[in-house]
Order: sequence, then structure tokens, then C-alpha cells
Amino acid sequence: MKIHEYQAKQIFARYGLAVPKGYACTTVDEAVAAGEKLMAETKIPVVVVKAQIHAGGRGKGGGVKVVKGGASEIREAASKILGMQLITHQTGPEGQKVRRLYIEQGLDIARELYLGLVVDREQRQIAIMASTEGGMEIEKVAEESPEKIMTVHIDPVVGLSGYQARKLAFALKLGEGVPDAKKTTQSFVALLTKLATLFEKEDCSLCEINPLIVTKSGDIVALDGKVTFDDNAQFRHKEWADLLDKDEEDPVELEAKDTGLSYVSLDGNIGCLVNGAGLAMATMDIIQTHGGTPANFLDVGGGATKEQVTHAFKMILTSNKVRGIFVNIFGGIMRCDVIAEGVVAASKELGLTVPLVVRLAGTNVEEGKKILNESGLKIQAADTMADGAKKIVAAVAAA
Amino acid sequence: MAVLVSAQTKVVVQGITGSAGSFHAKQCLAYGTKIVAGCTPHRGGEVFEGVGADGKAVKVPVFDTVAEAVKQTGADTSCIFVPAPGAADAILEAVDAGCRLVVCITEGVPVMDMIRVRRSLEGKPVTLIGPNCPGVITPGACKIGIMPGHIHRPGKYGVVSRSGTLTYEAVGQLTALGMGQSTCIGIGGDPVAGMDFIDALKLYNDDPDTEGVMMIGEIGGNAEEKAAAYIKQYMKKPVAGFIAGATAPPGKRMGHAGAIISGGKGTAKDKIAALEAAGVRMSPSPSEMGVTLKSML
Repeated sequence: MKIHEYQAKQIFARYGLAVPKGYACTTVDEAVAAGEKLMAETKIPVVVVKAQIHAGGRGKGGGVKVVKGGASEIREAASKILGMQLITHQTGPEGQKVRRLYIEQGLDIARELYLGLVVDREQRQIAIMASTEGGMEIEKVAEESPEKIMTVHIDPVVGLSGYQARKLAFALKLGEGVPDAKKTTQSFVALLTKLATLFEKEDCSLCEINPLIVTKSGDIVALDGKVTFDDNAQFRHKEWADLLDKDEEDPVELEAKDTGLSYVSLDGNIGCLVNGAGLAMATMDIIQTHGGTPANFLDVGGGATKEQVTHAFKMILTSNKVRGIFVNIFGGIMRCDVIAEGVVAASKELGLTVPLVVRLAGTNVEEGKKILNESGLKIQAADTMADGAKKIVAAVAAA
Repeated sequence: MAVLVSAQTKVVVQGITGSAGSFHAKQCLAYGTKIVAGCTPHRGGEVFEGVGADGKAVKVPVFDTVAEAVKQTGADTSCIFVPAPGAADAILEAVDAGCRLVVCITEGVPVMDMIRVRRSLEGKPVTLIGPNCPGVITPGACKIGIMPGHIHRPGKYGVVSRSGTLTYEAVGQLTALGMGQSTCIGIGGDPVAGMDFIDALKLYNDDPDTEGVMMIGEIGGNAEEKAAAYIKQYMKKPVAGFIAGATAPPGKRMGHAGAIISGGKGTAKDKIAALEAAGVRMSPSPSEMGVTLKSML
């Protein structure tokens, strides 16, 4: 689960990390008021107007504006950014509509650094990556100059050790160009220790500060914040419900999640209903192999009920981009008759106007086929995945 | 003689009184698996009843702790159906009780819990499979997990996979071709888990009864690339492969927590290239996994 920058910074502040002062807003008037308040509070005539969307690269896309000209300029910047379709390297070509702004105090930046914490699957530990190349895409740095990224791993029993934080601090040359080298280095060590605790306690899967800045007075401040949570840990984080911004999520994916299904929207026109994540991915692949394009990834899981299957099938039926449907089931725990009942119930309720190909195998396959045959629905049966993929691609092409 | 589990394996099922645990414990008993104990805290003293492969009733004693179950019954392997919030604790309990093999079926275990579990397991004589996996089966001898037993046949081919139903698909294809299986291992779809591809490949490599391996990977992480390096250097037996998710978009979690392409890493294309370079014959589509392995013999 992703959250906004301003929410990430609220969590940072709770753990004692230094963040710039700022206010989140949803209207231009609020933004102007927030900017005036900030300038009065900080005695700094500079504020930054920042688009809040769940994607990085906002600055390059025109979603961040440094304003030095007071209220009228804040109004101009906020009007421009709020409501814009912000396109970044992470949003896809259609971009993401900006519904929120974060108005933040301006700071005297001496240096921009990169700091990121991720789960390293290979080492099975949390990895901390730091780089002097702040403000750049870290993927790009990793590709072009990997020697500029330094990594340490956190032992889950011992936690982050002081020497590890100091190692990064000295490698980043934090003592250079600041009034008090020791103080700046120590505040970095303190920040990193707090961030490591935050990552663990809040069940993050990613925690990125890009840039982490050193101010001219030698303070270390998180100028940006990106936090992603591990969805599996939701049961012990009831507070996440309040952090979820539904406007940033695909409504169909949200609906699926609420029903206990796993769904991802794709660009194609063949709807898929499959049990199991691996088989669901393989089904998408085989549709493509035979010249079609999948409209979605949908895993109904191992133990779905008739109601869940009905709901899943309705979601596919109501999608306006779907021109054909392929149901591919290898019954293990999931019984083929349950799938068949769900498909029939949803089709009878909403009507089946597109070609439907069903491939059933495994547990209770005969019962499942019988239910489909007796339903009176126009269904093409397939014996194998390949047979099913060929049939649905042909049917969609002919329609 | 297959790997990991055999007709002699004695199993304790943790979470045997829950809905998933009791359903699957019954299925495993019916397959012939020697389930000698169950464990659910506060339910010790109860008796779980099932029917064995011979049609006779089986009574399984339930204990409060795994340690007690192991002490009283000699169980050496645990199968875990405990819900996600308690799954990591259940793994640690099984290890502490002396189980040599722990199979965690539970889906949705937080990655932070698994990081701690893996650290705790270091240096201990135990093998963990999962979590978020279908389990392990030696056809005709022992089924520990949720896979449909009837699609398997005893034989000479190993199957190792990060997926559940896609493994059934592969097994179904092998069985249809008359190619039985030595042992099938579902290593699960989580980013931090127990046994990985290399651990499984090593077992198959050393097993005199395994003559070839079907390896099924998916997008995300680099376990397949690491496996490719192992295969290139050490593998003495033919390996056929398939990678799911060639059409998956980057940045999206495809059902499994571990199935995500991030920062341009973990794509199907890279994995396929690495495995092919290691001499693995890749199945061009998920419906040709069986024939691909057959073509190498």
C-alpha cells in the first residue's frame, strides 16, 4: 500500500526525523492561506507547492514549484498544479490527476543526498542504500554509476548498529562544507537509527528519502518522503485504513480487494478468471502467445465461495473494455462445480454478451462441466490452456 | 526414495482444529500421510478424527504445544495452517520442538516476520518450506499440503515451483505423458521464505531416483537467476523450465507478494535468458511444460 508524501512526513515527524514545516490542502484558497501562514511562522519568504500523487518524478513532470513571490504566486502555482493530469515516469502515459497539494517551507539547500530502505529478498534483511546523488532516480544511478550507491544491511536480531550508520555518514562526506562536522554526522546517525526503527515497526516494504538534504547551517532534513507498506501486515495496522487515498487507486482493484480477490487491470480486451496467481499470470501469457491481449489479472484464490466467484465474474462482465472472457481453472482445493455455479449465476443476472471460453480441470471437473452444459449459456469448452487461449482469441477476432 | 518426505514421515499439523487445517488434515490422511499429532493451544486432549487411505478410521491426538506433540508421538515434520498473525510464531515453535522439516501453508505472513524467522533458523538443522505454498508431496507415499493428490503418480521427475495451481498444471501434464514424479515441492510465492530453487535442485541432483526436473518460476526477485548459475555449474540432470508473468506490467503485485517487477528487475525475459544460458530448456507456453521436459530425455 502506498501513501502520500505528506503522510509519510507525518510518520517521519512522529519518529523524530526533521521534516520541513508544511500543510496539506485540497483547494487553491487553502493553499494560499497555508503559504501565508508558513511564511509568517518561518520568516522565510519561500514556499514550495507540491502535487500529492502516489508516483515519483513529480518535479520533472511539473508537479513541484518553488515560489518566492508571495501569495499571488502561490495562487498561480496552486491553480496550475491542482487538477492537472500529472505525467511522470511512474504514472504511465495517461498520468494521474492531482487532487491534493502540500505547501511546504523553503530551505537553504547545501547538498542533496539519497537514502532508501528496502527489503533485500536475496539477503533476507532490510537494506539501507545511501548515495551522494540525491534528487536523481536511484534506478538510473544504479545503472550508470553503481559505485556511488553504498549499502548496509540490518541484522534483524541486533538492529542497526552505530558503526553502520557512521560508515554511511563518512562515505557521504557529511562533515564537508558544514559549520560543525561532528554535529552534522551525529544527526545523520540519529536520523538513520530512527528510520530503521520506523521501517520495522510500521511494516514498510519501501522507505525512501530523495532528496535527504543538508542545509547550509548543517541540519539534515527529509525534503521528500516515500513510504510503501507491506500489505500482509495490515492486520496489525488498523491505522492504515485512514491513510488510504481511494482516489489514487484503481476502483476495480479496490473492489476486488474488499471481496478478497486479487485483481490487476491491464490494457487488453480478454477478461480472465483463474485460480492461483501463477496460473493467472501464465494464462495472461498464453493469451498473448496466441495473439490476444489480457484485460486483467484475476486470481480467485484457493478457497473462493460461489459468491466470490459470482462477484469476480460480474466485475469482468461489467468492464466496458472486455470483448471476450476466458475462465481457466485447475481445481485443487477450488472445486470446478463452485466455479461453474458462480459463472452461471453472474451470467444469468447480468446477461452474457461476449464470447466465453471455459477450461476446467482437476477436482469435480465432471460436475462443473455438467452445470455449464445445463445452464443454456453459450459457452465454448476447452480441453487445455492452449486450446482455450486459441478459442477465445479467435472468438474475439471474429466478433 | 525421493526427497524430503516418505511413507515414514511422521507429521504434526499445527492449526488442525481450524477450518483449513481440519479440511486438509483429512485430505492428507486419506492420501495415506502419517499424521500422528495435531496442535492447537487450549485444545490439548481432544482427538481429531479422519479416514486413512485404507478406509479405516484414524484418531489423531491434539496437543497444546508442538513440543508435547513431538515428545508423545515422535513427529519429525510439521505442517502449518495457523492464520497469518500467528504463523511466524508457529514456525519457531516447530523448530524449537525439533522438527527437521517445517511446511508452512499459510498465506499473508508479513515480510518482517519472515526476516526474523529466517535469521532465527540460521545454523539450525531444519528445512523450512513456504510460507504461502501448496506444500510437498512424494506421490503414493506422503502428501503434506493442499495439492490435489489424485493428479500425481509415483515416478522419476522432480517438480519445484513458486506457484500452486501452475504446479498442478505441470504435474497434470507430466502424469498425462506417463511421467510420474519423485517429489514435488512448492516453495511458495513470498519474497522472503524458506527453501529456494537451489536448495530443491541440490536435493534432486543427489537423489538417485530423480532423473529430471521441471522448474517453474515467476516474475520478481532473482531466485531463478541464482538457480541458473547453480544449474550451469553443478546440475547433472536435465532441467526444463517455465517462467510465468511475461506479460505482467512493472510495479504491480501479481497476486503473490513476491511477484512484482521493481526498478526494471525481476522480469520474465531476464530469467528466461539466464536459464537458457545455463542449459535449461524453456517451455514456450504453460501448456507445453510436460513435453518440454520429455523432449530432453
